[in-house]
Amino acid sequence: MKITLKWLKEHLETEATLDEVTDRLTMLGLEVESVEDRAKGLESFVVGKVTDAKQHPNADKLRICTVDNGTDVQEVVCGAPNARTGLTGVFAASGAYIPGTGITLKKAEIRGVESNGMLLSEREMGISDEHDGIIELADGTPIGSSAIEALGLDDPIIDIAITPNRGDCLGVRGIARDMAASGIGVLKPLPVEPVLGTFESPIRVHMDLDAEKADACTKFVGRYVRGVKNAESPKWLKDKLLAVGLRPISALVDITNLMTIEHCRPLHVFDADKVKGDIHVRMARPGETLEALNDKAYEMDAEMTVIADDKDAEALGGVMGGLATGCTEDTVNVFVESALFDPVRTATTGRKLNLQSDARFRFERGIDSGFLETGMEIATRLILDICGGEASELVVAGSGPAEQQKVSFRPARVKELAGVDVEPEEMMRILDVLGFAVEDKGAELDVTVPTWRNDIVGEACLVEEVVRVYGYDKVPMVSMERDGVLPHPALSPEKRKRSDVRRSLAARGLVEAVTLSFLSTENAALFGETPAELVLVNPISSDLGVMRPSILPNLIFAAGRNADRGIDSAALFEIGPQFSSDRAEGQDMVACGLRSGKTGERHWAEQPRPVDAFDAKADALAALSVAGAPVDKVQVTADAPAWYHPGRSGVIRLGPKTVLATFGEIHPGVLAKMDVKGPISGFEVFLGHIPQARSKKSAAKPHLTLSPLHPVSRDFAFVVEESVAADAMIRAVRKVEKDLIADVSIFDVFIGGNLGEGQKSVALTATLQPVEKTLTDAEIEAISERIVKSVEDATGGKLRS
Amino acid sequence: MDDVDTLKTELTTAIAAADGLDALDQVRVAALGKKGSITQLMKGLGAMEPEARKQAGQEINALKSEIALAIEGRKADLSAAELDKRLMTERVDVTQSVRPQAEGRIHPISQILDEITAIFCEMGFSVAEGPDIEEDWYNFTALNIPPEHPARQEHDTFYLPGEKDGHRMVLRTHTSPVQIHTMQDNEPPIRIIVPGRTYRCDYDATHSPMFHQVEGLVVDETTHMGHLKGCLIDFCRAMFDVDDLPVRFRPSYFPFTEPSAEVDIGCTREGGEFRIGHGDSWLEILGCGMVNPRVLENCGIDSTRYQGFAFGMGVERIAMLKYGIPDLRTFFESDLRWLRHYGFSALDVPGMVGGLSR
Repeated sequence: MKITLKWLKEHLETEATLDEVTDRLTMLGLEVESVEDRAKGLESFVVGKVTDAKQHPNADKLRICTVDNGTDVQEVVCGAPNARTGLTGVFAASGAYIPGTGITLKKAEIRGVESNGMLLSEREMGISDEHDGIIELADGTPIGSSAIEALGLDDPIIDIAITPNRGDCLGVRGIARDMAASGIGVLKPLPVEPVLGTFESPIRVHMDLDAEKADACTKFVGRYVRGVKNAESPKWLKDKLLAVGLRPISALVDITNLMTIEHCRPLHVFDADKVKGDIHVRMARPGETLEALNDKAYEMDAEMTVIADDKDAEALGGVMGGLATGCTEDTVNVFVESALFDPVRTATTGRKLNLQSDARFRFERGIDSGFLETGMEIATRLILDICGGEASELVVAGSGPAEQQKVSFRPARVKELAGVDVEPEEMMRILDVLGFAVEDKGAELDVTVPTWRNDIVGEACLVEEVVRVYGYDKVPMVSMERDGVLPHPALSPEKRKRSDVRRSLAARGLVEAVTLSFLSTENAALFGETPAELVLVNPISSDLGVMRPSILPNLIFAAGRNADRGIDSAALFEIGPQFSSDRAEGQDMVACGLRSGKTGERHWAEQPRPVDAFDAKADALAALSVAGAPVDKVQVTADAPAWYHPGRSGVIRLGPKTVLATFGEIHPGVLAKMDVKGPISGFEVFLGHIPQARSKKSAAKPHLTLSPLHPVSRDFAFVVEESVAADAMIRAVRKVEKDLIADVSIFDVFIGGNLGEGQKSVALTATLQPVEKTLTDAEIEAISERIVKSVEDATGGKLRS
Repeated sequence: MDDVDTLKTELTTAIAAADGLDALDQVRVAALGKKGSITQLMKGLGAMEPEARKQAGQEINALKSEIALAIEGRKADLSAAELDKRLMTERVDVTQSVRPQAEGRIHPISQILDEITAIFCEMGFSVAEGPDIEEDWYNFTALNIPPEHPARQEHDTFYLPGEKDGHRMVLRTHTSPVQIHTMQDNEPPIRIIVPGRTYRCDYDATHSPMFHQVEGLVVDETTHMGHLKGCLIDFCRAMFDVDDLPVRFRPSYFPFTEPSAEVDIGCTREGGEFRIGHGDSWLEILGCGMVNPRVLENCGIDSTRYQGFAFGMGVERIAMLKYGIPDLRTFFESDLRWLRHYGFSALDVPGMVGGLSR
């Protein structure tokens, strides 16, 4: 919402400076977004009169102008085609900076004639692109006076962000009223003398609305004006509109725009001679079309309010008028509409038709229901003054909303809710200036809400009004108190674990990324099925069309982009949501990561190797361990989802049903489709699947028994089928003597040589930790034999001889 | 015993002359071995008279000890010399680089969230969460934003095709729906912050279709706007580590709060350098207000008994201001150069004990 300072002061009696005005606006909740001080840098330019213009002796296109600038007379060489004797223009003296050209004027000799100053064009002043000639001011403009004033540039433009609740401030007067309440000035009276109609309007207005849609338009005030001349608007009107960014069109249109900006009272003016019969307020007929004033045709439905004549829809109520009955320069008789349209229906109509207008913007925020007649009278007066003509009596249909909103208000709530003491007299003054009528009933007041404040619906709204105008800065700050001396943990154990996983993965060398929750349909398809309910209705682009079923693809693309920048080996992770349905339970919190390329850069001490499934497995296990998963109890199976390499990936499970994580090399076919170079190994840890630890009664750790006895290690090598899982062999060893066998690990795997097709040799070491007494050779021997038998039985393998 | 003296002189000379451990060992064997010269002398004692034997025995034993000691001494010297010689051949170029150990980073969004959490934890808040995909009732209607309200249109909502209980599914446009869930599921007093992803259908230099917010909600019987100011002023000053940071509350509008305010912090661009603190400008940092009684009632909370405040802030915006990150979109580009530069060490855990930021 753009206004000018002078325009505001037409409604607000105040001595306040621009800065004071803008500061106060912002502190009232009318946030000043920008101030355009058009006078800046133009202060030295004055009105000058060309008392004589004669041809330059040495140049056809130049003239020597004698300019009276009020203080002295200077000779200026000027090339403008309109430079002539008697012209009143804008004079810049030597030494002045010319904003449009960026040059500081100097006394100069032009083709042998001394030039002392300059007559300026609008472009040279930096106020427009106009450069066909020098500025011509009206004859009689005081010579030597400020050019800023003469050009009407002494009026800064203030752009204000009006919040959606303050429809009443979408007009200059509404803003002035708020300002007056704040004490910065006094709201000037708005004397409106009704125009006496001299005849009955030949056009009548009919409310043709069904009872259940009667609220679509509750009141219509019309007036016929005959014998108007729709010419160009006077300069003051054009200047006002131009200043706030509106293009002047014709007097009648400009008057409606002025009413919109100044009084937040959108009007429509029909060319009465094009209206067939009477005016009807009705719902559009399904499929009915209207060619609107923006030259576009709209097809309407039965939920849209139209203003029609006896035959056709001629305007979309509250949104835009129609071309057929629009005013032109030939218009002689007009019918003016000042109506009240329903905010929701107006908004819905505009949104369905994708049609925005200054009228819709105001109607959907709520228009002053008590200003239809007054607005009409002001507009009529303007039409008669500018366009001439003769006005009819008012035509009024409908009676507007039933009654004014009343809110009960306990002044004590100001202190209770806002924590600030405001004197009762000050509260009453604020409410009064804002237009509220207060009826004192002791501790509780009956407050009648002004017709322009349909945002006020309850007591809290009135508290806000009082405190807003009184000043938020006067509310004393009170620090929060806790319910105890020490803070409680802010994070639940689950969230704490997520945070621990994050920092532990970073400690393992992975860099945290945050990627968008979206993915393209094609890429999502590579990572499982996306149900239709996760396809966005209105995506930014098809690349971001669905909710991601996995974080991996985003990280794979990230690795690819980094590779394109020359970083071939990336280690990235993200902890975030992935989606399998549109329900809360379809959102999983996942710690996902990958490593691409090699394990590091080439180095003199150790050579990097390509990343593999075990890097991903290690990351996954580390994350699980930090997250509190019982990693000593998990099983690893080789049935990872299809986006992993089928032979180099796995699933970490807890029992047959719970999948804690998947890991492995990413399927080269998937990488090829994503156009990202491998190898890449990734993992997905499903943090939500990790069983919650039972809350412990005590933080004490279990008792620790340290054996003084030396552990004994024994190595075994077995030849088994290649398909035998290492994990199965380890479990076979462990179960032999759970308490004694402290550790089992595989230290060599060998395939080939003379082992035979499909065979492998697996060497493992078992560590025996005696607890009570040192083991004898015989005891060790016996356990070794049982280990061999257990592994052979479990795997069908043989001890390697 | 001339023999002993002679032998002593001979052996001492030989020990001193031994130029290596092997040579020294030969001297040892020649003197103390089974057939060594001193051993031979010992063996000769048996043929002597008892008196002479005693005398000679003492002398030979003394010689034996002396020679053994001399050999040990010489051996230590030779070992040290040999070690020195070996070590000189083992020299490495210590200016070479160490074995690489990859260092990971924490994303600035996570770091800022940890910082925010640390501050509000001190003020008695705990962390709550909610789903990214919401029913429009939770995202809008319950928050006093009716379907055709202009405020709803300003949210640039992403829609999903599904419905639940007749409500459209949307990507939450703010973290405020978690207020509703929390109030539905809990009795006051309530004191939570809600970090999370939020979505708006807008993508340009200053907008990302996904960004992060932290919501705050306090509901009890006494909390008023003075507490709201205290809470957020304390927060801003701790967050930006400026004890006397100017903080301004300016009236604004959110359908779910009444009164509503936007909060600005002081800043300066003096000398072309942006700095948060005292200065001639203000920067908008968050929105807040007293919870609208209608919202309380929508959640089944008695608005004649309970009141409180709510606030919401953009996480990326705070990260940008605090850490001087110029461009919003770079947060989500996963450029490793950016992540290493703007990211944080895994061990840099913000807290009120060690400080929020280094």
